[in-house]
Amino acid sequence: MGYHCVVCVKQVPDTKGITGEAMRDDGTVNRAALPAIFNPEDLNALEMALAIRDGHGGTVTVVTMGLPKASDVLRESLFRGADRAVLITDRRAAGSDTLATSYILACAVRRLEADIVLCGRQAIDGETAQVGPQLAEKLSFTLVTYLEQLLELRSRTLRARRNLGHGWEIVETELPVLATVLDSANTPRPPAARRVMKFKKARCRSDVEQAIGRELAAASDDERAAESARRCGALAGRGLLIEQWNLDDIGADLAWCGFKGSPTKVHRVQSIVLAGGAYREYPASDPGVAQLVRELIEDHTIG
Amino acid sequence: MIEVNRRGEVWVFAEQEGGALAEVSLELLGKGRELADTLGVPLGAVLLTVADGETTATRLGQYGADKIYLVEHDLLRHYQTAAYARAVCELVTAWSPQVVLYGATALGRDLAPTVASALRCGLTADCTDLQIGDHTPPGSKELQKNLLLQIRPAFGGSIIATIVNYDRWPQMATVREGVMVMPQPDGRRRAVLVRHAAAFDGFRPPLAILESERRPKKVNLKAARVIVAGGAGVGDKASFRLIWELANCLGGAVGASRAAIDLGFVDKDHQVGQTGTTVRPALYIACGISGAVQHRAGMEESAKILAINTDPSAPIFAVAHYGIVGDLRVVIPKLIRAVRSGAKAEELGEPLAPPAAEAGGAGG
Repeated sequence: MGYHCVVCVKQVPDTKGITGEAMRDDGTVNRAALPAIFNPEDLNALEMALAIRDGHGGTVTVVTMGLPKASDVLRESLFRGADRAVLITDRRAAGSDTLATSYILACAVRRLEADIVLCGRQAIDGETAQVGPQLAEKLSFTLVTYLEQLLELRSRTLRARRNLGHGWEIVETELPVLATVLDSANTPRPPAARRVMKFKKARCRSDVEQAIGRELAAASDDERAAESARRCGALAGRGLLIEQWNLDDIGADLAWCGFKGSPTKVHRVQSIVLAGGAYREYPASDPGVAQLVRELIEDHTIG
Repeated sequence: MIEVNRRGEVWVFAEQEGGALAEVSLELLGKGRELADTLGVPLGAVLLTVADGETTATRLGQYGADKIYLVEHDLLRHYQTAAYARAVCELVTAWSPQVVLYGATALGRDLAPTVASALRCGLTADCTDLQIGDHTPPGSKELQKNLLLQIRPAFGGSIIATIVNYDRWPQMATVREGVMVMPQPDGRRRAVLVRHAAAFDGFRPPLAILESERRPKKVNLKAARVIVAGGAGVGDKASFRLIWELANCLGGAVGASRAAIDLGFVDKDHQVGQTGTTVRPALYIACGISGAVQHRAGMEESAKILAINTDPSAPIFAVAHYGIVGDLRVVIPKLIRAVRSGAKAEELGEPLAPPAAEAGGAGG
């Protein structure tokens, strides 16, 4: 029997590359200004879903909430084997904290068939690990965090090993389940060449509209809209249209989305200012090192 | 969510297993005491267990709690999310605390977001500091007073963010072990015990725990007087033995940055930093550690910090008291020799002129 797996993935700013230019005054990051990557642990979640499909049959749908350029991670997911990709994008979702994000994702996932929802344990930008558990609560799915190994999947029963850091647990439960997946769970398969060839042409509606905006800059709005509909229809016919939903499409109550829907708000952001205190440098030579050790012995720091 | 309620208490979720309280919960009682005193409200501890909660409750009182909210039920014997979240939500709904704090343990990071989602309230993870302060929302003239300021590094560690939640209470936060200072227990302190009967009738816990194993921690970093820590700059796992050797000759413990853990140089138990352990040893020697803010958050309160790095512009030097710009593969053996010989001048060469002289003396 097959299982419908839904994988929630996120395009994240490469947090090793943040500069002051990327920060807005209100404390939010201008994500468009940073190099963007597939959140690493979400790749492990996707791999787990693909492995379930390999072993048991079913479907793998990948969902992301983000800016239109997040369609990149959906294409990546199609390259690796996902059957269906859905982009949730809407300006009114901007500024969403984890509660608002999990609300929006829940509205979207309810419109998909899902036996198992898989998320990476946490994203490398916020690093809260909160969206997975909050999404599970909203969907009323049983939560299994820190999933390291899927031991058995039989009918509606799932058995798995969780790695808690200071120990492990083997748990068993009935579907539906939402699991957050660790990077130690598996090695994500690379993109398959044939799928890359096919799906590199996959586009979402915003991708199409952007291209038309450049190519037909002189055309009227009606002409551009007509061309957009034509191109999207052609892509859909070839199985290359990435579905795109906004907050209205998923029936979201705007009061729970974006800044307004986020209980946690940024009060202040401070750049790290490294202030040197009393600091002394010693040369990396025998006498230099000996001097340092002598001083540490003399003031009883070391015995 | 609950109504914004200025008389609401400050609560700490008291994590325990088999009657043994998690250290982070005791540390949070210390900070909770401060916050509660500033707000002028009682400090409560939430204790969920199967039986014999009174013994643990007594201890929580000695560590500063004024009230212990105790729920005893068979379904709370072992932690699982649905049962624990249900009990916590009932307590919050009944008593309207204004702040709830959890240790950012595997359990806390499972429980707190589930409770926050169910209550539709705000939650900030891995706070490195908590204070009480005021906030004016942008575009509003209304001053929100006496809020919990939830402070944490963010976005790759280049900023410190202060987060507030002024309208979707309770204000909740998780804090890692070692970040807050453990308070001194007072054997004479007594707390009031408030028993709560959870409404578990008809509730079936969805998860069966078939097997579990607790692994004792390989190292006690918080108790170590000296810590020698290695970072990505150590280069490879084989070279990490230098860190062990230096730690051994100083009678210290081995620490590591997150990067060194990710590279497989040493077990995760040795991680120092915002998502590892926070330490305050008498001496912290950072070898090949660049000093990202998440690492510094875990060691910058050490009494003395010695940094060894080939890069003179590494941020670690800004928090260090002593610095050696050089290759740790060369410097550490010199340190070991110097320590073993007690740094006797006759064995290791003439002492230098005072360090005010320019660096880069005779090669070694």
